[in-house]
Amino acid sequence: MQSFFNSTVGKKILMAVTGQAMVFFVIIHVIGNSTIFVDGLNGYAERLHSLPVLVWLTRLIMLAVISTHVFFSIQLTLENWKSKPEKYAVQKHLRSTFASRNMIWSGLIIGLFLIYHLMHFTFQIISPDLAAANNLDALGRPDVAHMVISGFQNFFIALIYISALVALVLHLIHGIQSSVQTIGLNNDRTLPLIITSGAIAAIVLFIGYVSIPTSILLNIVKG
Amino acid sequence: MILDGKCPSGPLAEKWDRQRQDLKLVNPANKRKFKIIVVGTGLAGASAAASLGELGYMVEAFCYQDSPRRGHSIAAQGGINAAKNYPNDGDSIFRLFYDTIKGGDFRSREANVYRLATLSNNIIDQAVAQGVPFARDYAGYLENRSFGGAQVSRTFFARGQTGQQLLLGAYSALSRQIGAGTVQIHPRTEMLDLVVVDGAARGIIVRDLVTGKIFSSAADAVCLCTGGYANVFYLSTNAMGSNVTAAYRAYKKGAFFANPCYTQIHPTCIPVSGEHQSKLTLMSESLRNDGRVWVPAQKGDKRPPHDIPENERDYFLERKYPSFGNLAPRDIASRSAKEVCDEGRGVGPGSRGVYLDFADSIQRLGQNAIQQRYGNLFEMYEKITAENAYEQPMRIYPAPHYTMGGLWVDYNLESTVSGLFVLGEANFSDHGANRLGASALMQGLADGYFIIPATISDYLARREPGKVTADHPAFKDSIAEIEKMTNKFLSINGKKSVTEFHHELGRIMWDNVGMSRSQDGLGTALQKIPALRAEFWENVRVTGTGKTLNQELEKAGRVADFLEFGELMAHDALHRNESCGGHFREEYQTPDGEALRDDERFNYVAAWEFTGSDNKPEMHKEPLTFENVELSVRSYK
Amino acid sequence: MNLTLYVWRQQSSELQGRMEKYYAQGISPDMSFLEMLDMVNEDLIKNNAEPIAFDHDCREGICGTCSQVINGVPHGPEERTTVCQLHMRHFHDGDTVYIEPWRAKAFPVIKDLIVDRSALDSIIQAGGFISVHTGGVSDANSFLIPRSDAETAMDAAECIGCGACIAACPNGSAMLFTAAKVTHLAMLPQGRPEAKRRVCMMTEEMLTKGFGNCTNHYECQAACPKGIKVSFIAKLNREFIKAAQLIKEE
Repeated sequence: MQSFFNSTVGKKILMAVTGQAMVFFVIIHVIGNSTIFVDGLNGYAERLHSLPVLVWLTRLIMLAVISTHVFFSIQLTLENWKSKPEKYAVQKHLRSTFASRNMIWSGLIIGLFLIYHLMHFTFQIISPDLAAANNLDALGRPDVAHMVISGFQNFFIALIYISALVALVLHLIHGIQSSVQTIGLNNDRTLPLIITSGAIAAIVLFIGYVSIPTSILLNIVKG
Repeated sequence: MILDGKCPSGPLAEKWDRQRQDLKLVNPANKRKFKIIVVGTGLAGASAAASLGELGYMVEAFCYQDSPRRGHSIAAQGGINAAKNYPNDGDSIFRLFYDTIKGGDFRSREANVYRLATLSNNIIDQAVAQGVPFARDYAGYLENRSFGGAQVSRTFFARGQTGQQLLLGAYSALSRQIGAGTVQIHPRTEMLDLVVVDGAARGIIVRDLVTGKIFSSAADAVCLCTGGYANVFYLSTNAMGSNVTAAYRAYKKGAFFANPCYTQIHPTCIPVSGEHQSKLTLMSESLRNDGRVWVPAQKGDKRPPHDIPENERDYFLERKYPSFGNLAPRDIASRSAKEVCDEGRGVGPGSRGVYLDFADSIQRLGQNAIQQRYGNLFEMYEKITAENAYEQPMRIYPAPHYTMGGLWVDYNLESTVSGLFVLGEANFSDHGANRLGASALMQGLADGYFIIPATISDYLARREPGKVTADHPAFKDSIAEIEKMTNKFLSINGKKSVTEFHHELGRIMWDNVGMSRSQDGLGTALQKIPALRAEFWENVRVTGTGKTLNQELEKAGRVADFLEFGELMAHDALHRNESCGGHFREEYQTPDGEALRDDERFNYVAAWEFTGSDNKPEMHKEPLTFENVELSVRSYK
Repeated sequence: MNLTLYVWRQQSSELQGRMEKYYAQGISPDMSFLEMLDMVNEDLIKNNAEPIAFDHDCREGICGTCSQVINGVPHGPEERTTVCQLHMRHFHDGDTVYIEPWRAKAFPVIKDLIVDRSALDSIIQAGGFISVHTGGVSDANSFLIPRSDAETAMDAAECIGCGACIAACPNGSAMLFTAAKVTHLAMLPQGRPEAKRRVCMMTEEMLTKGFGNCTNHYECQAACPKGIKVSFIAKLNREFIKAAQLIKEE
């Protein structure tokens, strides 16, 4: 008998669990981000980085989670493409959605964006002149808010973020409910409920994230 | 020749036990040396192949479908009988036996029927153990219902899909053996000949329906589980592929064909809607539990059913059979429907239909209760007719459904060709002249699970394994003959399609050898069938080649056999100068139109021997003796 | 009514196939879809052309043999209906109808609209059964099964094995088919002893036979002529998690 992680359901369960871990991360992240509307991010950033063990532990876990998710998603997708080599002359979809059929693409966009995002705000090598590490605020803290706000005042950078968030919302609209189905936590009665709440959660997260670049672009939040 | 059914002696209830005691066993170490062929994977075939494989024999199973899960047993809706007496309503093995004998109009073997009734209980146990999801009550016990006119509730059911669930049970047992390697399965193959060497069945010739290859398989014994021949009528409730070929070609090789005229016409089918009709759909007989059958009292009354007042309706079954009413046995209900339509009181297109009305039941029990009981049937009816049966009465009409006749077998299910065993609907054994509802599934499974494993060992124990191989000249000759026949079909290149011939044959059979038969009609059939057959061999067009999948070629072989078999049916019907069960001869009826049996002259099984395609077959008799029941006039008044 | 048909024609699994155009004329609304094809075929035979090969048998929606994708939908536009039970009254005069075979790697085309579905049998052979011997079983009423469990088992057991779920699945996955059998047997006490082994063996065989993985598109439920629900897939997943221990041990 094959091992758990070699089996179709085992792989999917890994996808679901790692996906859910990332959703959890994304929720924490958006809550942290929202401090930009309250005290301008820098306080939050400083508090966070005063716990280096936590930060690095999280980074390592997320690295493992993301690698697993990406590895199996690519493997499963390639298998699935092989299982359906020919398409119908007339293609009609009854229940599947644009989101569900394009998970691999929305996922890859998010993955590429993640690299960009890390280079931009974590390693701060996209625009070194704005790097928080090199610019301290009035209280002597790294000026994260300045970096973010001036970054998003650049229309193209904001556009990159907003596009990536569109991919994220699509990915989550299918991903959240799908992960619940995969770990078998639903039944006939709860499935429609889970589908709807998964989509709502995805949209709420989208609004939470997208509010930052948009409000900067619209000059609601200023540097 | 007087045939001997080889029923064991002794008291009825002990016969089967005694027989099992007397039957020889095959040494377990020798079982794998014996090869058994099973043709057909419906209930009888799948259960036989699974059970024989499990015992350790080498089994090869063949079916024309693409999977052994699709035999037409799958379409049985209503249920399966067993003498469990769970509801404590007075049932017993003897009562089930008696009802079956009486339902068969005293034309079946006592010993066989009693064995069937006994084994009915084991079947339910077996099916439940396999995971067949029979209906349960709130306490978790099995539910029963009364079915097809029985006065006790002895029918077990799984929604309206009992046949499907039992078949999936047998198929799962078969799949387990295929996985274990004891059974080799050949889907999409069709048996085209039986190979007989020195009087014993030694193998079969098969066409691979995908590649067209004709090949042979040799074995120590052959089991035919190939179903019935109702498609001789063209329109029937059988599957499109159901055919008589395997049985008929075995008949041509020396197996006697018993009682071919006993055909059952099921009363509750959806009427024909037009010339294009390719098959008929059965509505479960259970509908008659809550539906009332009626036609307008006046001839040619074309008003919609709602506009016909109560006193201008004729509830003819209730009127003629007050004690059984709408639950009168199938043959009686069918014939009554035909009578009222012949009188010009039929309803619907072509006036070939009667109403089955649920208005009273809906009023009494509420639409919900009716929906719970028959929801899927009402849905099916609406799909086909676009009529809502909750709002207007259903229209039903009888249709050929099941054939009681079949290859003659003895108590051990062995035919007149030694080593050729016949199971399920393909044999003639247990239902006499008429089959009761919910007993076809019972017979198929009794034969396959319990009888054949016991009796085939006796046959094999007396023989040396693998004595004849496929290299024997008999196999080569047979292959050559089949190839010749295939080439003949493909080379005629006439003007009419196979289906047209089948359709024409069906009309001849339905008009003359159908629900009621007469000397004149049968004479007409005996003239028309050979003429049509001759035309077929001159004027049929079979497109394509024999080297690939070719559905026209498949049909051609089947229809060619039906064209001979129809004649055999007519001969049997003509010789049986009495009315009994599914065989109604207009000349033999009581003054009030009931069937008139003639026990003095016809209390026997007529088994026919092939004497050449254009010759009259020779009849042999197996006299029937009744030691435990009294022959009575079947009355359902 | 008159229709224009585009039908997939393919001589054999080795040869290339293509869509070909046919006209179906004088179609009655009471005909079934297959009876309409019968008529087209009779015309083809009259013209000495090979008729369209398609799988069909019981024509009452229970055997699961018929298998056609009509205008992109397995079994055509009517919900919970097999092709053989689809009637022409659901089409209109002048319609163009595309008819294609089931498409999946595990279902190679044999000819025209006929595909080889034996991979589904293999999944059952891998474990879709209760290993009970013929005879020697206990009385049927010795298992008490709560009515609701029996009903759920029956809901799952209604699968007719036609393969529409695979035809509809963008991944060619047989998860709904497998889940229906796993659920049917897992709901019953008789099926519990082998439940863990069964779910592992069946899902493994599914992949071996070239079916894809389930990514929860739910197309399968929409296409299923028997309304088998995707909640059974969730049930299969639960059964698989329960079986994790067994996998470790073996």
